[in-house]
Parts: sequence; structure tokens; C-alpha cells
Amino acid sequence: MNHSDSSFKQKPLIERLVLFAIALVFWLLLVWPVSPIDGRWMVGDIGVGVLVAAFVALVMHEIIRVGFIRLVNPRSWFWLFIYAFVFFYYVIKGGLDVSYRVLHPRMPIRPGIVKIKSVLQSDTGKSALANSITLTPGTLTIDVTEDGWFYVHWLNVLSTDEEEAAKHVLRRFEWFIQRIFE
Amino acid sequence: MNENIGLVLITIGVLFDLLGCVGLVRLPDVYNRIQASTKCVVLGTTLSLLGAMIWLGTAAVFVKGLLCILFLLITSSTAAHALARAAHRSGVPLAKESVVDRYEEDMQDSEISEEATL
Amino acid sequence: MTTTQFLVPVLIVGLLICCAMCLYRIANGPTAADRMVAIDILGTVVVGFVAIITAVTGKAYLLDVALVWALVSFAGTLALAKYLVGKRLNE
Repeated sequence: MNHSDSSFKQKPLIERLVLFAIALVFWLLLVWPVSPIDGRWMVGDIGVGVLVAAFVALVMHEIIRVGFIRLVNPRSWFWLFIYAFVFFYYVIKGGLDVSYRVLHPRMPIRPGIVKIKSVLQSDTGKSALANSITLTPGTLTIDVTEDGWFYVHWLNVLSTDEEEAAKHVLRRFEWFIQRIFE
Repeated sequence: MNENIGLVLITIGVLFDLLGCVGLVRLPDVYNRIQASTKCVVLGTTLSLLGAMIWLGTAAVFVKGLLCILFLLITSSTAAHALARAAHRSGVPLAKESVVDRYEEDMQDSEISEEATL
Repeated sequence: MTTTQFLVPVLIVGLLICCAMCLYRIANGPTAADRMVAIDILGTVVVGFVAIITAVTGKAYLLDVALVWALVSFAGTLALAKYLVGKRLNE
């Protein structure tokens, strides 16, 4: 499963249909067209949503890529569900750690930018990993290169060695993301 | 009962907000400020939204709150990434406590290829 | 006086202190990037305000305000980041 997203030749019609569906679902969730009085569906709201979604799909079909359709796969969803809990645990842990360092009178921080190699190949996986690293308190992705090097700003550098740093920052998410996206 | 759980969550969220803003004031350079503040404040705001969702507990609030949390998580991480990268490229130096800056070394060796990460 | 009536003003004051700290960083951040970070965080704190107001008043439509605020503040931050690097904004 190592085809990059750009090698996908896609027809505009499919793109437009997918974008129409996404826009319509988003509209329905946002407007919530159930009348609060008697619980009936409000047809006018849904009609306006269909019109707007059709307009959006007609005008701007190039903002979407169909490549992520292969995400619709029950095993991926299962790992995504597990990953949400693991990720939440690390976010809370990192938040408490950062709070301790901020409130300490002498501020025991050792900031620095380390360089880490990731084994992920696809663009989707790399950007998901970069977002995960950025959302965890204490680490912040600054740049990602084409061949998988991550430059990570780290609030408390435990080791400047590439392997050691990868063990602390990256491996805990990489295993899950590999199963979700590749 | 729901109201009490919501209040507890909102209180924890506001505490995290306060910690993040203390970090924004105290920490030495831009990158550390992005670290502490963005992540802690987003965590606090997410907890506040969760608290509001649990407090009210209706379907409309739940769906809108979840959408709001999703957008907040995606946009904040992208914004933090863009800000850090822009700061480094425009030449903001790291604080003097910093131990290592591999990005600067590699930037001097060769120009790193542009890549849109959105 | 119930716990809610006591706690909600305290929480609002806490968020106002957050805003004050962000404004301090906006007023005398050493570089432009510091100010941008503070503006970004101010936007997120406002979303927290809207969450509390939604919970107290029970009006679900206020969350739309939070959603739109988060998106607009995100777009503004991205535009400022591009400006800082020196790119043109239509890239």
C-alpha cells in the first residue's frame, strides 16, 4: 500500500459527488433541522442545504482528493478508536508535565530542535503524525521533509541522539498511525 | 447531576487555560511559548466545551460541541505548526537555554524543500 | 446561593485574567511572532467564553459562534504566518 496521493487519476464527477455529500452532511449537523417544538423535520432547511452543497460542489471541486476513500475500512476505524484513548492519555500527561515546568520557580526546561526519522511513507500518515506530535504538549513539529525527516521542537530534550529521541517522541504514535493509514 | 459534572469539567478547563497563559508570559522564546500556551489552552477549551455539552445534554448541543472540538483540534495544531515554521524562517532565534538546533544546521547545509503540510 | 451561581463568575474572572496575560504579551512581545501567538491564543480563550455562556444560558445556537470564531481566527493566523515569512498572500 505505497501509492502516493498524487498518482491518483480522478474524475471531477466523483470529486464533486463526494464534496456534495460532505457539505450536505456538515450542513445537516450544523443546522440540526429538527423542529424543537414537535420534533418534525424542517424540509425548508434541508432544501437550502441541498442548494448550497450543490453550488459548492459545482464551483470548487479541486479542493478535495478522493484518495482518502480507502480509509473506509473497519480495521482502520477500530485502530482509530483505540488511538483516540491512547492519544488522550498522552495529551493529559503532557499537559500536566508542561504545567509543572511552567509553575516551577526556576523553570526546569531544556528546549531544543531535534531531528527524527519516521518510517511512515504516505503523505496522509506523515501529516497525521505531525499533527499528533504538535497536539501533544511538550513537542512541536516545525518541518517535515519529503523523505520522512521530522524536525521537532522539544520542551525538555532528554537526548539529542536520533534513535533515543525517536523512542521518546515518535514511536508511541507511529505504531498506531501505521495501522490506521497504511 | 449533569450540571455538577459539567461545572467540574469547565473548572478544570479554565485552570488549564490559566496555566497556559502563565506559560505564555513566563517562558523565554517564541517556540516555548507556542509549546506551553497553544497546547494547554486548547486542552482547557476542549474540556470547557465538553463540560458545556454534558451540562446541557441535548442532541443539538452535543453534535455542535463535537464539531467545534474537532475543528479546534485540527486548526490549532496546523496554526501552531505554521507559526513555528514562519518564526524560524523569518529568523527568530532560540532562547539561550536551548541545547540543540538541528533545523538551523540543516538549513545552512542545504535549502530544505518546500512542502505544504495542510 | 448555589454552587453554580458562585462558581460561574469566578470562572469568567479566570478567563478574563487569561485575556489580560495575552494582552500583556501582545503589548510587549519582543518579536512579531510572539504577538501572533498571543492573538491566536486570545481567539481560543474566546471560544472558552462562548462555551461557558452556552452552558449557562442553555442556547445551543451560541456554539455556532464558537465554531465560526475558531475558523476565522485560524484563517487569520495562517495569513499572518504567511506574511511573516514574506510570501504573497495568494499563494
